Formats: sequence, C-alpha cells, structure tokens
Amino acid sequence: MSKLVVNTVGPATSVQDAGRYGAQRYGLTPSGAMDLLGLAAANCVAGNPVFSAAIEIGPLGASLTVRDGTVRIALAGARRSATAGDHAIAMYQSVILAEGETLTLGAARDGAFSYLAIEGGVQGEPMFGSLAVNTRAGLGSPYPRALQSGDEIPVATASVSAERAIVIPARSEGPVRVVLGPQDDEFSSEAVQLFLDGEWKISGTSDRMGYRLEGPAIRHLYGHNIVSDGTVNGSIQVPGSGQPIVLMPDRGTSGGYPKIATVIGADLGRFAQIPAGRGFRFKAVSMAEAQTEARAMAELMRSLPGRLREPTGFDLDIEALQNANVAGAAVNAFDAGTWQPENSSGGHQP
Amino acid sequence: MAATLSPPRILPSGDAAITVEFSRNIDDEANRRVLALDRLLASAPIEGVTETVPTYRSLLVHYDPVRIDFETLGAKLTALAQQPSNQGAAARRWRIPVTYGGEHGIDLEDTAKALNLSTDTLIARHVGAAYRVAMIGFTPGWSYLSGLDPTLELSRRQSPRPLTPPGTISVGGVQTGIQCIAGPSGWHLLGRTPVRTYQFRRDPVFLLEPGDEVTLYAIDAKEFAECDRAAERGEIVAELMAS
Repeated sequence: MSKLVVNTVGPATSVQDAGRYGAQRYGLTPSGAMDLLGLAAANCVAGNPVFSAAIEIGPLGASLTVRDGTVRIALAGARRSATAGDHAIAMYQSVILAEGETLTLGAARDGAFSYLAIEGGVQGEPMFGSLAVNTRAGLGSPYPRALQSGDEIPVATASVSAERAIVIPARSEGPVRVVLGPQDDEFSSEAVQLFLDGEWKISGTSDRMGYRLEGPAIRHLYGHNIVSDGTVNGSIQVPGSGQPIVLMPDRGTSGGYPKIATVIGADLGRFAQIPAGRGFRFKAVSMAEAQTEARAMAELMRSLPGRLREPTGFDLDIEALQNANVAGAAVNAFDAGTWQPENSSGGHQP
Repeated sequence: MAATLSPPRILPSGDAAITVEFSRNIDDEANRRVLALDRLLASAPIEGVTETVPTYRSLLVHYDPVRIDFETLGAKLTALAQQPSNQGAAARRWRIPVTYGGEHGIDLEDTAKALNLSTDTLIARHVGAAYRVAMIGFTPGWSYLSGLDPTLELSRRQSPRPLTPPGTISVGGVQTGIQCIAGPSGWHLLGRTPVRTYQFRRDPVFLLEPGDEVTLYAIDAKEFAECDRAAERGEIVAELMAS
C-alpha cells in the first residue's frame, strides 16, 4: 500500500465518488463529485471503475507527495498546471509517480474542480457504500472532512501496465439548460423571463452545498416561504433576496424556498465547473430534450472505457504549449480547459 | 366501488425526479396521502424509480431517465396516487424523552413570553400532543413532527442561528421537530433529547420513519446526562411502544 501525503491544499478539496443515494428520505445528503464526467474520465484513465473514489481538487492548488511505493495517477476536469519534479504532467493521461515524488497542482485556470484519480482508487471505509466526504454529517473516508495539510491518503501501489489516455468530446459552451419547475408558478411570467434573460455570475461564497448566483433580483408572487419539500442536485431555489441558489451535491434533502427551475442532469457537471465571477445564462428546454440529453450523457459515461487509447508518442506538454500560446485544435481533445476558449482580452489567470 | 381520490399535481424536478404534490400547505390529509403513495411504491416498485422522499405535502420520486421517461412515470404515479389508501400498515409508536429549558432549551422562556404562557403550560402542551413524523429532511435524522398544539405556533426567528446543538427540540411556525446533528436553525429551541434519530454505527442507523407516531415525555437534566451517555454508546433510549 502506498500513500499520498498532503503538503498543502486549498479549500473544497475532498475525497469524492458518485455519492450515497437511497437514504434521502432520512435526510442523508448524497454528496459525490461536482462534475461526474470529470470523475469518470480520471478514473477510466487510471484503470478504475468510473465512479471509484478520487480526490476532487478545489479551485486553488495542492501539493501531494508519494510515500511507501509508486502510484499511477490521472487528472481530469478543470485545467490547471501539474508538475512532478521538473516535468509537466499532462491531463487525461496516466502517469506513474515514484516514491518521494511531489505532485504540484496549480489553481484551476478554466473551471473549478479537477479530479485526481489513483489506480486502485482511494482506500477507505465506505459509509452507506460511499467514501464521499460530507462534512456536516461527519461522513467520508479516510477523513470525514475536506483535506488538510498532513493528511495521509492510503492508495494502491501502481501495477505494471501500459499508460493510457482518453479523448472525450468537447462540452457545449452554450447556456446552462434548465427545466422549469417545480415551483415556477410561484413567480410571474415576467420574473421567469427575467431569470431566463438575465446574465448571472456565481458568487465567491458558493460551496459544495450550493452555488449562489448574482444577477437581477427575481421576485416572488406570494412570498419566499413555501412548505419544505424535496430537493435534487440542480434545484434552483429563490430565497427572499431574489438571488437564486443552485443546490449542489452537499445540499439539504429538503428546502423551504420556491424552486423556479432545475438544471438538467446533462449540464450539471458543466455548470459546476463555471468559475466564480464569469457571466453565463440559463435556457429553458423541454422535458423531452432534457431526457434525451440525460440518455446521451449516460451513453457517453458508458463509452469511456472504449475511448481509452495509448498516449500519443510525443511528450505532450500542455502547459508548455499553453505558455507558448500555440495551444489550438491540436490539444483540444486532451484538455477540458481548452474546450472553452479564454477571453482574448487581457490575462488568462482568474 | 371505492371512489377515487383527487389527482395530485405532477411537477418536474429536473429530468430525473418528479414532485407529486398533494397540497401547497401543511395538511394532515395530504401528508397521509404522501405516505400512502410512498408505501405503495415500496410494496410494488416501478422499474426505474430509484428512491422516494416523503415531505409534508408531496412525494419526491427520483428516477433514472434512461429507464423510464417523465410522461410514463407521471401517468403511473397519478393513477397510484388516486387509489384509496390501504390503512393496513400500523404505525410504530415511540416515546421520546426531552429535557426542557435551561442550557438545553435556551429559548423556552422567551417563547413562553411570546406566546403569553407560563413555561410550565408551554411544556405541558408541547409534551401533551400526539405527533406523527411527517417528514425527515434537511440533515440526517431531522424529523419534522405534525400535531403541534395550535396555541404554540410562533413564527421563526428573524435571523437563524448558524449552529444549534444535536438533539434540539424546537418549534417554528406550525411545526415542531427533532434535530439530530448540530446545524443551523431559525426555530425556537425548547429543549433537547438524548435520542439519536441518526447514528452511523448503530443498528438501525435511522431510528424514525416517516409516518411513525411520537409522544414526548419530560426528563430532568440529570436523566438527560445519563441517557445521553447510553445513547453515545449506541443505545436507542427511545421507547418503542407495543402497537
């Protein structure tokens, strides 16, 4: 057994898998990865079942050192710099880190969460079938909380096998799609239109429980208190301030604010990756379209193992390419961050 | 021939959940229909339904849109919800100890003043009611009880407290409830119970089910401390009544 020792880590970095479902009727929050496709891609490249527990790296950086053996890792999700010693680590490609090597991850450059999967998965004691951290309920393993300096994460020792890479299709850059309801009738049609027409930004006070939005104030017809009812990942509730909150995997299982709409399942991961402060819009779609997209996303998840391939022959150094400002179509497929071109004006650091 | 019941509203909660709404208000009859539909789905599962979450007035039905679509499931739920409910399932009845006031219920006196009652009368009326677990939600084990004496209704605090103790028994609006783990709350804190409605390493992990009946009884701070230690060791300390 090897381990990863946390040297430094930013907030909102924790062990996550697909979460724990089946006990929401008892108030048990599901938790789980903010971007399931990122989790699945990282695991797939590392040689794991797609929803194995991995380390969800928050918007800031982290540094981890390998102890007691070698480990094979793979990174996916939000683009960020990654180095081990003096060599750059490509995302969406597996690599072995030797005993004593330190993996240094920069801040997310375009997105919020990256996934660090380790071959064999994070080792821990499942709680309700999941290692996912839920700080408030004291659940998660090996630590029932966000990672801190000094933590030691037990991981499997790398096997002898070939390295792998994956290419996954580009994500849409369009508006975040929603299905209206369940309580859109608590708002006037003008308020619903304002919600759909408005430009929104994710507040810096957001977390894994909910993303707070900043934009036009959405007024209720009958006040902001409803009798508490059930919530889902992506529920968009509107509290008294008129500034919506999109509920994320650490949400309460019930809530007492009217929910104007729900982010469709296929767009949840993409929504979770929108960096704080960047403008975006919503778009209402039909249930038929939302469910077609849900099935397409499920098919994409299922297709991941079939998309694995040998790493390209050359030493693909995305950061070097980025820094040389030649990053274009050539590296798109390997790096989620390059799917959304950065604003051409000004610097590209958040 | 039994008359069918009024149809619920079938509301989309995204593409993987349906809110089956029986009422917009806290309504005993609606809650009974929620729990009846929940029991029906447990006894005769619909392919593709992954879990259900009963609340005061609606049943949230999570499903996998790969296995069943909104229209099909909505039609099935509408039909099921209109079946006259089978009252066969006898509710379990629990007796749960509560220590009122003092450090365990820091709002007891203010709440009594606001309601124009003595603290003794407030406690007597709070202990005296027959409650039913209407829903469990928000955080693990947080059990919302219906059946609060209407003279104890009091709107929530202006500003919620960021952290209230585990086991808190509180009132807010027409509701009362048992909070299990520490967390934020805008309700008025009357007391605490040593009973853990949720405890990870205990069997059962979750003590109460939606639909269970609950009565409360008062204990003093010393008894609370004893029960609390026993509960910490994994004892249930609530009493399950023979039904």
